[in-house]
Amino acid sequence: MKDIDKWNEAVDPDNLSDDENMILDAMGLNGSSRRKFLKQVSAASLSIYASSFFTSELFASTMKDLPEKTTALLNEVKVNLRVNDMVKPLTLDSRTSLLDALRERLGLTGTKKGCDHGQCGACTVIIEGKRNLSCLTLAATCEGKEITTVEGLAKNGEMHPMQQAFLKHDGFQCGYCTPGQICSSVALLEEAKNGEASYVTEDLKKIQSGLTLSEEEIRERMSGNICRCGAYNNIVQAFKEVHTGNDEMPTWEFATQEQMDKAKNA
Amino acid sequence: MRPFTYTSAKNKEQALQAFTATSHYLGGGTNLMDLMKENVERPDQLIDVTNLDYKKITSNENGGLTLGGMLSNSETANNKEVRTNYPLLSMAMLSAATAQIRNMASNGGNLLQRTRCPYFFEVSMPCNKREPGSGCGALNGMNALHAIFGYSDSCIATNPSDMCVALAAIGATVEVQKPDGTSRMIEFTDLHRLPGDQPEKDTTLMPGELITAIHLPKPEFSDHYYYLKIRERSSYAFALLSVAAGLQVESGVINKVGLAMGGVAHIPWKLTKAEEFLVGKKPNQSNFEAAAALEMKDAKPFEANKWKVDMGKNAIVRALTQAYERKV
Repeated sequence: MKDIDKWNEAVDPDNLSDDENMILDAMGLNGSSRRKFLKQVSAASLSIYASSFFTSELFASTMKDLPEKTTALLNEVKVNLRVNDMVKPLTLDSRTSLLDALRERLGLTGTKKGCDHGQCGACTVIIEGKRNLSCLTLAATCEGKEITTVEGLAKNGEMHPMQQAFLKHDGFQCGYCTPGQICSSVALLEEAKNGEASYVTEDLKKIQSGLTLSEEEIRERMSGNICRCGAYNNIVQAFKEVHTGNDEMPTWEFATQEQMDKAKNA
Repeated sequence: MRPFTYTSAKNKEQALQAFTATSHYLGGGTNLMDLMKENVERPDQLIDVTNLDYKKITSNENGGLTLGGMLSNSETANNKEVRTNYPLLSMAMLSAATAQIRNMASNGGNLLQRTRCPYFFEVSMPCNKREPGSGCGALNGMNALHAIFGYSDSCIATNPSDMCVALAAIGATVEVQKPDGTSRMIEFTDLHRLPGDQPEKDTTLMPGELITAIHLPKPEFSDHYYYLKIRERSSYAFALLSVAAGLQVESGVINKVGLAMGGVAHIPWKLTKAEEFLVGKKPNQSNFEAAAALEMKDAKPFEANKWKVDMGKNAIVRALTQAYERKV
């Protein structure tokens, strides 16, 4: 059976788990519209909505079923990819990026290919606790390393607080950069806890662990994730809520002339 | 991307032994993978050196720190000892790229990153650095981002590194493993080379040599430092022009200066004349301006990058002023 057939079988409305049916009920999709919806929409684009439900059901089984080997390979390398607490041995062309291995060989299409040149951050994943660009990482270099993708953030059927905050604050429009934004944000939480500095940190000598980041700091530290829709304000608010634990609604005000001048002369 | 064989080296012997004329060492890959995707770099073999044991920061006999060649840029910039004693280096490194790229990029790799000249990246264009003898597209082309010092008719590209500008200001020695198993030391200012008629060579490293460590002198600029980076957007962009400034001031007089500029030459451009001028002088505006003018009078800009001369002058003055006046 081809991978695509397996995938179609997996998203057949008759084969869905209770959790998956629940999500689609909640979205008001029933009967033929549900069938049409599942055909047209890949489960990956649902990952923001429902990663907590789908990771266990679909992605795990997809990983198991995908073939270890493709048919024609140049310069084969064998690598055990440890992604989201699962290990999959793969035989790859040495040129395969981690991004392509995740998407094409493991069916983990939550991680997005934007520029494929390290300029946009859409492909951000967490490797050994640190955010990295999977498009500039060769899969062959990842032997045994612990990789977390957006599909692995939800735990026990609960979305990661950062995923929930992105939903609540509408931290996206088209959603394409979102998996990268969320992985980047989750790693940034740890960087702040560890007291890591950025270029806009005033005092490099006195910086302590357990930082509370200003909006200026958040923007600088998230600059590796470009959002073409320009959802930056909401992304910053989403990060801030999880980072500070303060879930008050953001208050808005227009920039003062002084702030405008400062921005112009920055 | 062209096919290549992948070799993961477990130790330096394996790495050196695997090296061939058409091999490349692979560090973080943030520059190399990109260039390979563009067919600019076409190695037959990649030798992954990221597992080699050069990932520590230790004290050295000069009273300074030694930075491992395979340590990531983020671990280096955020090391407590580095932040406290070499904040100029931390600041420059943190201005570079993004958190993701700094997590991946190695110190050795940062020193060897290649130019961002668009003619170098575009394989349909002439470029002596990429294809020796094919000509320089930038010389009479789009050269707004190019060198104003030290270029030749063969190449007017600039070095893109921020880390290197700070290292040029601070002073450093680079330790290199040679293919025969011995090692050698290179003064930091001797590592990069001007293009001359061999722009394909960015550095004085011989084939197969591997950077294993960067030795820093004892800290001199931990009180007065600033890395000024001017770019087209306020984050995640290469410098149009940058200045690393370190000062040591005693009793109102400058007794030590470290000054270098990025984005103006094929190498991190050490401002030796300005440094010499400032020693023994008071740290004030007029002296900073005189030092800047002394350096920039040698600039030979092109039609499209004349602005770099004035911007360079102002940037030197501002970096020195910030270094002296900032209270952190």
